[in-house]
Amino acid sequence: MRDVAVIGIGMTKWGELWEKSLRDIYVETALLAIDDAGVDHIDSMYVGSMSSGIFVGQEHIASLLADYLGCAPVPSTRVETACASGGLALRLGFMEVASGMSDIVLVSGVEKMTDVGGDKATYALGTAADQEYECYHGITFPGLYALMAVAHMNKYGTTREQLAEVAVKNHRNGSKNPLAQFPFEVTVEDVINSVKIADPLRILDCSPITDGAAAAIICPVEMAKKLNKPVVKVIGSGHATDAIAISQRKDMTWLEATYRAGKSAYEMAQKKPKDIDVFEVHDCFTIAELCVMEALGIVEKGKSGEAVEKGRTAIDGDMPVNPSGGLKSKGHPVRATGIAQAVEIVKQLSGESEERQVKGARIGLTQNMGGSGASTVVHIFEKE
Amino acid sequence: MSTPSRYWREVPQRYRLEANKCEKCNKKFFPPRLICPECGNRELVKTKIAEKGKIISHTIIRVPPSQYKDQAPYAVGVVEMDDGVNVMGQIVDCDFEDLEVGMRVKIEFRKLFSQGHSGILCYGYKFVPDS
Repeated sequence: MRDVAVIGIGMTKWGELWEKSLRDIYVETALLAIDDAGVDHIDSMYVGSMSSGIFVGQEHIASLLADYLGCAPVPSTRVETACASGGLALRLGFMEVASGMSDIVLVSGVEKMTDVGGDKATYALGTAADQEYECYHGITFPGLYALMAVAHMNKYGTTREQLAEVAVKNHRNGSKNPLAQFPFEVTVEDVINSVKIADPLRILDCSPITDGAAAAIICPVEMAKKLNKPVVKVIGSGHATDAIAISQRKDMTWLEATYRAGKSAYEMAQKKPKDIDVFEVHDCFTIAELCVMEALGIVEKGKSGEAVEKGRTAIDGDMPVNPSGGLKSKGHPVRATGIAQAVEIVKQLSGESEERQVKGARIGLTQNMGGSGASTVVHIFEKE
Repeated sequence: MSTPSRYWREVPQRYRLEANKCEKCNKKFFPPRLICPECGNRELVKTKIAEKGKIISHTIIRVPPSQYKDQAPYAVGVVEMDDGVNVMGQIVDCDFEDLEVGMRVKIEFRKLFSQGHSGILCYGYKFVPDS
């Protein structure tokens, strides 16, 4: 297997981009990554996207986007594992470069979510859960994570305030991220008094509906060195699955797919959780960040709430999580998220994260999760 | 809107609580499966799930998906049935403030939602307090 490096990244301001279509958002972002890498062509591309059929009535977007990017006839593949689609696009691109099949690959994700109303968006996101045995009974995504939250609170004594602390930290970080959808700070009181969505989760526990894209260019490390690029290597990659219906899992507080994907990535990278300087994880809801920290082995089972409360996951803490602002503040154009996490880690390891820089970060990890946790992709990056 | 076959196909589970069971590892599956994920056994036998159990988690849906637009707020929970099978469903005939982990419930046949003009009425199970 060849060593793989990220040589270009692209991300534009996320939000409710009324004036822009899916293809505009995508092409703008992919061009940024191509220009950043300084390459004159790509050999192949992967696009993470799940619900373009429901959100904008358009399937077959891999070819559409290759065409509008001016890259046709290069092979273009759409990847779908719900909200983990972006992370999986990176993993498949990584495998293609590592195997020697291609040299320069564009990995990317895009979602245009605001062309439909709230109940249709809720329905579209719900298709990532078990349609016949979960959605049929009226559950929603905030509802599924609320069930995890109640189970976690009941089992470990996690408090409502500890959940809120995740949102407070991520908004504090996101307020320093010019590309974030909601770059403002919130307080614990704001969170626990915000509108109820699915008890005990309130609107400030939830990541927003976002239009946006993210892209990266990867190539063999040897080629990156010839291009005189600062080399951020992908040193570990893991992907795992679990039952998509949470009622089918042994323990609703435990994300087995995240644990497994993390284990594979740590083993490939020959690193342990304590070796990681900075984490970007899938905080689609505040409770998700807590469960992910436990499954990735950053903290012991049941200890995540306390760690956040003590500031250990803040930018200046001993285990910084989501310096970008996370999905919570940066936004969550569902299938772009996995690539955006990699974009932030590459910036962090290159020392380009400005006000939200984790000092001396050299090794970073991304964890991108689909549905209520049934697919997870983990990557580990190292600055050479 | 799907054709009625998608709905009709699930009737044995939704109306009659049909499940199946791996006799090698004694594990029950609801909905039924074609292969036991524990041991790979494909000879699974038909059975039913228990009709009583206890709540292991619950929430109140305030922002519903399209098909439940007129019903919110409503409670949804995961219930561990007395035979060890976990089932998700709405919890009704109960005040929201009385919901708690460990609460005993039983399953009842109820209407869930309607697919709207000229669509079908969708039935299934819900949980009610077992007192």
